[in-house]
Amino acid sequence: MSLTKYESFVREPLVDGEKTYNKVTEDIVYTIETKPTRLWYIGLYISVALLLFGVYSIYREVTYGVGQWNLGKTVGWGWDITNFVWWIGIGHAGTLISAILLLFRQGWRTGVNRAAEAMTIFAVMAAGQFPIWHMGRVWLAFFVMPYPNTRGALWPNFNSPLLWDVFAISTYFTLSLLFWYSGLIPDVATLRDRAKTKFRKLFYGIASFGWTGSTKHWQRHESLSLVLAGLCTPLVLSVHTIVSFDFATSVVPGWHTTIFPPYFVAGAVFSGFAMVQTLMLITRRVMNLQDYITLGHIEAMNKVIVLTGSIVGCAYLTELFMAWYGANLYEYDAFFRYRLAGPYGWSYWIMMTCNVVSPQLFWFKKLRRNIEFTFIMSVVVNVGMWFERFVIIVTSIFRDYVPSSWSLYYRPSIYEIGFYLGTFGLFFTCYFLFSKYFPVIAIWEIKHVLKTSGENYKAKMEGLEKLSNDEFYNKTHHH
Amino acid sequence: MTIKKFVVGCFDDEDVLFPAVRKIRKAGYKIQDVYTPFPLHGLDKELGMRDTSLHTVGFIYALTGLTTALGFISWILTMDWVQNYGGKPHFSLAAWIPIMFELTVLFSGVGMTLTFCYLCQLAPFVKKHHFHPGATDDKFVMVIECTSNTNVQEAEAFLAASGAKEVNTQMAETGWWLGRYDMDRKLFETKTDVVTA
Repeated sequence: MSLTKYESFVREPLVDGEKTYNKVTEDIVYTIETKPTRLWYIGLYISVALLLFGVYSIYREVTYGVGQWNLGKTVGWGWDITNFVWWIGIGHAGTLISAILLLFRQGWRTGVNRAAEAMTIFAVMAAGQFPIWHMGRVWLAFFVMPYPNTRGALWPNFNSPLLWDVFAISTYFTLSLLFWYSGLIPDVATLRDRAKTKFRKLFYGIASFGWTGSTKHWQRHESLSLVLAGLCTPLVLSVHTIVSFDFATSVVPGWHTTIFPPYFVAGAVFSGFAMVQTLMLITRRVMNLQDYITLGHIEAMNKVIVLTGSIVGCAYLTELFMAWYGANLYEYDAFFRYRLAGPYGWSYWIMMTCNVVSPQLFWFKKLRRNIEFTFIMSVVVNVGMWFERFVIIVTSIFRDYVPSSWSLYYRPSIYEIGFYLGTFGLFFTCYFLFSKYFPVIAIWEIKHVLKTSGENYKAKMEGLEKLSNDEFYNKTHHH
Repeated sequence: MTIKKFVVGCFDDEDVLFPAVRKIRKAGYKIQDVYTPFPLHGLDKELGMRDTSLHTVGFIYALTGLTTALGFISWILTMDWVQNYGGKPHFSLAAWIPIMFELTVLFSGVGMTLTFCYLCQLAPFVKKHHFHPGATDDKFVMVIECTSNTNVQEAEAFLAASGAKEVNTQMAETGWWLGRYDMDRKLFETKTDVVTA
């Protein structure tokens, strides 16, 4: 037996079980080629119901105005912008897994990248709703587009962070979509070549773009994905940096801190990985993909969570320190009187507990590899990250410079909540449809690492490390 | 388009495929393409293909995006629609960096993907000849183009001897999308379009 590749035995296999290339295809496409389960239908119906409630909430908001929300004199950004930042943050993990880990040559990304990229796209779609509908007179939304117009050639302000956001998020969405779909094409071709029904033949025939698997095409495909990964890496950092600029370039105490960009990016990756965990733990169980999304994958993601969670915790403490050290009265009050304490103090402590304290438990290997614990933590982290955005936005503005407007205690209206639930509906409707009609795991990427990192292939490598250098070279470098 | 004859051999192990490619090329056969379910690193070199220039194209698109953003914004804010934002200079480059960066990335990414689709002739509703459905599952499908000098039986036997598990001969319409259009790796010239064994 000769091996084309060799991987150290110290590394955990990425694919468990006795696998061949064909078995990989069969395992992953199984749920696509069989009837969906009752659980899938229930999930889809709930999602669609939420989505419809969201549509109704938006209808109320558009018809009767932003007054349908409980935004007021001081709290002009409430749940809507909180949710916007939260969803955008969730999207970041997908790009991190697919792009940054590709550049770092992390093999374990292959098991989760496809679903994580899909999650990015759906999360950005959900996020994009908030600033758009927040405009109130949404039919004028096209004003943000810079094009020669009859309004006196009125251009948007290119110096404004809000316009930077428009560019950042639309670029991010476009590139994530291209990256995701270009990776999907070869797998859709696999489905096309297996298709038995007329619908599947037509659908996957169109969606596979006529992919053949030609060597030259693969060569270009590799080049394309590598460069797209290289582009997406600074892009993903820029997106949340620019989102943080929406706050950091203002003059509001609690917002105008220079720490915001790295702090937001770390927080985004933190919450995004938690969402990937939530989705992956359900997906692997429901679709029986435990061999591809192994405990090793889950542990690797938990390591990222504990790292980014610690960065976020560090940022919280730095903010507090600077608010005291800066000796600015307004800054001090914003943090120590209205954030730690005050009417919204409870939200600060929820944030601290969920984001800083609880992820530290992932320093224990036993807990990192515990599926139930990971699942609970993944939800806890996202609750915490939602409260982080709520804390940053609401506690910084609910008491502005005019004490006469302080009486307001901001609570969301049913339509604000409905809008948020609606984006959950949108996100999960898209995810359910995606997981039914497309492979949730990148088949070709798994095949690519199978002979180096598959459990059955690694077993055959045993003993190679004991060989002499020459023998080892001859066995592992056969061409 | 002309109809040509191809000898097709299916391999099921890349460790057998690589030496086979070398052997077959040495024997003077013209490998049209090898269709694989996933990228096999080094196979492009083994087939004598040159590196793709797609990344260079991406760089050019990136520069286009950067120039577009800088030119457009500076024209608007210093000439077409001059505004006083807090007494700051009209030409405020630092504030334009985010959008300049985003357009750089956007032009490069979109441009490269479209170029990729164009070069590989990928688009919805495009139909191509597939030599073996297993090429997207677990088979490595080598396709040899028959020329006037090719003895089909001999080529089939040679493929089988090189480790191909399944060998057959197919007629297919050639187009440049079939893959073999990089002139720089042609091993020999073909004189005629329609070739028989």
